[in-house]
Amino acid sequence: MRATFSHKGRRKIKVSLVLAYIARRIVYVIPIVASVALVCFLLVHITPGDPLVAVLPADASEELAAQLRAAYGFDRPLPVQFGLWLWRAIHGDLGNSIATGRPVLSEVMRAVGNTVTLAVAAAMIGFTLGLLFGLIAGYFRESWVDKVATSFAIAGVSVPHYWLGMLLVIIFSVELNWLPAVGAGPGGSGAWGWDWEHLRYLVLPAITTSVIPMGIVTRTVRALTGDILSQDFVEALRAKGLRERGVFRHVVKNAAPTALAVMGLQLGYMLGGSILIETVFSWPGSGFLLNSAIFQRDLPLLQGTILVLALFFVFLNLLVDIAQAAIDPRIKRG
Amino acid sequence: MRVERWRRNHAVLATAALVLAAAAGLPRSAGAETVLRIGMTAADIPRTLGQPDQGFEGNRFTGLTMYDGLTMWDLSSADKASVVIPGLATEWKVDDTDKKKWVFKLRPGVTFHDGSPFNADAVVWNVEKVLKQDAPQFDASQVGVTASRMPTLASARKIDDMTVELSTKEPDSFLPINLTNLFMASPAKWQKFFDSAEGADAKAKSQAAWAAFAKDASGTGPWKMAKFTPRERLELVKNANYWDKARVPKTDRMVLLPMPEANARTAALLSGQVDWVEAPAPDAIKEIKQRGFQLKANESPHVWPWQFSRVEGSPWNDIRVRKAANLCIDREGLKEGLLAGLMVSATGTFEPGHPWRGNPTFQIKFDKTAAQKLMQEAGFGPNKKLTVKIQTSASGSGQMLPLPMNEYLQQALGECYFDVKLDVIEWNTLFTNWRRGAKDPTANGANAINVTYAAMDPFFALVRFQQSSMAPPVSNNWGYIHNPKFDELVTKARQTFDPVARDAALAELHAASVDDAAFLYVAHDVAPRAMSPKVKGFVQPKSWFVDFSPVSMAQ
Repeated sequence: MRATFSHKGRRKIKVSLVLAYIARRIVYVIPIVASVALVCFLLVHITPGDPLVAVLPADASEELAAQLRAAYGFDRPLPVQFGLWLWRAIHGDLGNSIATGRPVLSEVMRAVGNTVTLAVAAAMIGFTLGLLFGLIAGYFRESWVDKVATSFAIAGVSVPHYWLGMLLVIIFSVELNWLPAVGAGPGGSGAWGWDWEHLRYLVLPAITTSVIPMGIVTRTVRALTGDILSQDFVEALRAKGLRERGVFRHVVKNAAPTALAVMGLQLGYMLGGSILIETVFSWPGSGFLLNSAIFQRDLPLLQGTILVLALFFVFLNLLVDIAQAAIDPRIKRG
Repeated sequence: MRVERWRRNHAVLATAALVLAAAAGLPRSAGAETVLRIGMTAADIPRTLGQPDQGFEGNRFTGLTMYDGLTMWDLSSADKASVVIPGLATEWKVDDTDKKKWVFKLRPGVTFHDGSPFNADAVVWNVEKVLKQDAPQFDASQVGVTASRMPTLASARKIDDMTVELSTKEPDSFLPINLTNLFMASPAKWQKFFDSAEGADAKAKSQAAWAAFAKDASGTGPWKMAKFTPRERLELVKNANYWDKARVPKTDRMVLLPMPEANARTAALLSGQVDWVEAPAPDAIKEIKQRGFQLKANESPHVWPWQFSRVEGSPWNDIRVRKAANLCIDREGLKEGLLAGLMVSATGTFEPGHPWRGNPTFQIKFDKTAAQKLMQEAGFGPNKKLTVKIQTSASGSGQMLPLPMNEYLQQALGECYFDVKLDVIEWNTLFTNWRRGAKDPTANGANAINVTYAAMDPFFALVRFQQSSMAPPVSNNWGYIHNPKFDELVTKARQTFDPVARDAALAELHAASVDDAAFLYVAHDVAPRAMSPKVKGFVQPKSWFVDFSPVSMAQ
């Protein structure tokens, strides 16, 4: 009876520790989000150039320029502009794009959806290969297998991915004509479907996006595996007669928190979208949107996109922290 | 037995069904929809609500396709300069007593894609969408790209259903040319969206109506909007009821795809994903031709110049220095060496054959000896070089290859005793600095600026640079040119209402600017585009715009 009570009590303490940890992390998120909002507003406003360049040709008269500045609210003091923007953003309104007149939020969410599709596909390829190569390389250190896997990893992090993208396009689209060179489906992303007719558009950008995370995960997991395998407890497990499969399970469990953190960060980067890859493949994701917003100097769109992506990153990190705490009890105590 | 009969009956039915299916299929196959897929350089679909953004590429793809103006460009010839012809107006005339008033007769029997009639009310409504701030349809986002291109238009008034009066702020013979930039959107369609829009006030409803209109647009043009996915694709279908039967499109459907990256566009063409790309990657031109694709190019109304500062103390105030720079550039070397043939050497804003060219006495050509002589007369030589500073960008719309081209000039001018310093800044910043002028701190001490310009109409090509009243902050006379002769000729051209005499006055102005070596004239872009051998009937005019109507797709 005492044992049961004590077990329940321990669980209760564990749960409250986890909840306290989650609450603490959520509280930390608030100043981070506020800072992110301020920084992304200021960053786009301190860059030189006219914010109305998308709708105001350079030959427009000063009178017309003044008229439009007033119409778009750019004649107001910067703190007032920030206050108004923040107030609307809190209420879910990121304003309208200057260049297109469309609501920023719908533009960003559509682009983010496309980037998520690409990021998930790339993560599946990159993380699977990264874990596989990392574990193999870690287990067979200094062997030829290790050297091959490490070479893949170094190539993954070293090769410029836009160059790789172009190379893949030349081979698989132009020369072999197996896969499409650009776009997000035969009818665009609005008519996306999960069949081969659409998925074939995803193959080349997903492979190109996956090479960096593949390389980073391989190197991380290789180092972790090697490190764990050299620790005393592994020797002890083997001495106790545990089979290699059991030892492997312990290695994976010990490597998981760090590997998870690295993969979370990589997923965050991928969800941020790659301007280069999405431009090379004309993939209508957040990187493509950012590229367009930067070149058109579309401030509301730029601010909105950066804010949404930054929030994604912040919340993804929060999720990773929580997941780590669930896996590794030492973290929540800290 | 029963089973056998059942089988026989069903075999007959199946055969009949097959015959019917084949019969139904045959005409479909014979008249299969023809589709033209185009990769644009734009990163987004230009705005579709009537007044496109993204410069003249916007007008090319979402302006002139779905909409018409009162006047329009003749895009039918690859040899002659593109001139203004009647569009939705059949004729126009300035008032004999008040030169600030014009009467336009409208084309009868024209309807918008939604079936509503085009008339004087529609013209007044479209003028007021960008000029009358208290009009319900006034849209600030369309003002910038429209009002600046018709700077003197003040108002519109209906005389009768088919006649409209337009007023200008000052006598301006350029108005019919400027009106090519005002596209007629359907008031009836917009009103329908406005009536059903939700919004706190009329302004919010108006914005919502324009947003809805952009997704389901209606103009009078040869192409109708069929499907629109923002930032990804715009599908247009032919308007079989287009008022100009000679310009009813020969292709059923046109798909426009934004592809800002030149290599991606080229790969999409070579892999057969699109049939036509704008501005293919220069490095791939040879391969494009080798693979049997067509390369189209023609001199376009575009100038790649150095615009000189003429403020006090500028080295360019000496005409010998300006002329020497113009004579020191081997433009043919630039064309064949760096640009793979994709430029036309510039000897002014307009080349021979253009109605506004005139007869300049200063012949712009490559003559290094003459250039060196002029520089020596101006007091410079191998041991006393003239330092000049040029503000430019590393990329930008219409800038071609700004950095390598400027480095080429730097090297070439070095042989004529110039020491050229380059101040390279981001494109949008350069563009903004352009209107601030040479005296502004943003010029960063530069005494020339390298911003390319369109030369479609007299205001854009000449007036905004050469009239002294166009100095910053009014317009783009960046270098503060103040030449009384230019001012006099601008006024003369603007107030000459007979088109032939007006063109002669413009030619006089252009010749005077070349004789004054007002700019360092370097190159004209040739607007290269590559297309599949299946694309037939395309004519590339000497214009920023093209006519997609005669284009057909071979099966």
